[in-house]
Amino acid sequence: MSRPELVAPPEIYYGDSEAKKYTQNTRNQQIQADMTYRALELLNLPPEKPAFLLDIGCGSGLSGEILDEEGYNWVGVDIAPSMLEVALEREVEGDLFLQDIGQGLGFRPGSFDGAISISVLQWLLNAETSHPTSSPPHRLQLFFTTLHSALRNPSRAVFQFYPSSDDQIQLITSIAQKAGFGGGIVVDFPNSKKAKKVFLCLFVGGGGGQQEIPKGLEGEEEDGKARFERRRERERSRAKNGRRRTIKDRDWILKKKELYRKRGKEEVPRDSRYTGRKRKPVF
Amino acid sequence: MVRLVTHNLLACHAKDCNTNNFPLGFQNVQLEIREAEFNPDFVRAFLPKIEWNALVKTARELGDTSLPDEQPEMVDDDFLQNLHHVLFELHVIEGAMVCPNCKHVYPISDGIPNMLLAEHEIA
Repeated sequence: MSRPELVAPPEIYYGDSEAKKYTQNTRNQQIQADMTYRALELLNLPPEKPAFLLDIGCGSGLSGEILDEEGYNWVGVDIAPSMLEVALEREVEGDLFLQDIGQGLGFRPGSFDGAISISVLQWLLNAETSHPTSSPPHRLQLFFTTLHSALRNPSRAVFQFYPSSDDQIQLITSIAQKAGFGGGIVVDFPNSKKAKKVFLCLFVGGGGGQQEIPKGLEGEEEDGKARFERRRERERSRAKNGRRRTIKDRDWILKKKELYRKRGKEEVPRDSRYTGRKRKPVF
Repeated sequence: MVRLVTHNLLACHAKDCNTNNFPLGFQNVQLEIREAEFNPDFVRAFLPKIEWNALVKTARELGDTSLPDEQPEMVDDDFLQNLHHVLFELHVIEGAMVCPNCKHVYPISDGIPNMLLAEHEIA
C-alpha cells in the first residue's frame, strides 16, 4: 500500500489536482462514506437530539456531506487549502477552517457534542522540520489537549486512521490518555487485509458509569467473497440485460440541464445547492 | 463561511495568549446573508453554549441589533427566530478576525478563516 503521508505534507500533497482527483474518485467516495457512517455509529450520539460536531481533517467535505444528510450541524478544519476549495465548490453546509491541528485547536471549552476524523491522524506522525514544535509527540499532545477541552462532557471523538506500526498506535493512545481521554482502539475486520479499519475511540468524561469501548466488526467483509466477485456478477447481469444501469447523480443532472438550456428548452429549473440532493429523513 | 455560531466558539490559540482572547474582533468585513433552514430544537439546545455578551457585541458590530442586551429568561418563537438569523444566516465572506489580547490577525478569504500560526506562535 502506498502511503501519501510519506510523500509530502498534506497541504502540499493535496494540491489542486490531487484534491480534485481524490474527491472525484468513486472508490474513495464509497470508502469515505462507509467510514463516516461507521464513525457516527461509534460516536453513539443520543438520538433525536440535535448535535454540533467537529470534523477534523474535513478535506473536500466527503464526510461533511454525510453529516449534512444526517442533519447535523458541523464545523470542519483542514490544512489543505485546495481541499477546502473543493469543499466550497461542493457547497457543504458546515463552516470551514484552514487550520493545522498539530498547532492546537482554538475553540472554547465544551463547544462540541462530538468529533469525527476520517483518515487524518497518520498525517501527524511525520516531522516536517527539526523545530521542536514540529515533532510528532509535541503536535499530537497539543492537538489532543485542545481537543479534549473543546469537547463537551460527556462526549466522544472517533478517529479512523491508518497506522503503519503498533508503535504508532501506542504513541497516539498514550498521548491521548495523557490529555485526559479514556477509550481505546477498535479494529473492524481484523483478519481482512483490505477491509481492516482502525478506529481510535476516545471518551471525554463518563458521568459516573464507565463508558465501554465498542466492539470491532468481526468476520470477513460483508459476504466473504473476494473483492471483484461482485463486480464480475454485476457485469454479467448487465451484459444479460443489454443496458447499463444509469447513475443519475448530481453531475449527471447538471449535465442534462446544461444540455437542455443549450438546446433552448423552456423552464429548465435553476441549479442550486439542492439540485440532485436527497431529502433528509426528517419531517 | 464564518457564521456567528462558530465565531462564538472561537478563541485565539496563539502561544501564551490565554486571557482576554475571546471574542475575536471582526475587521474589514464583507457580509452576506444566506437563508438557512430554521431548526428551533437545535437553537434551543445551543443556547447554553453561547457566550451571550460576546454574541450581542459581535452581532452589533456587524450591524444587527435584533438581540437584547440580556439573555431573556423566557424563550419565545420570535426570539428564537432572531437568534437563528444572527447565528446561522450572517456569513462573513471576506475580512479578518483580530485577537483582542495579542492582536494576532486571522485573515478570512472566500469565507474560510486562516487559523495557521507562525512557528514562534505555536504553544
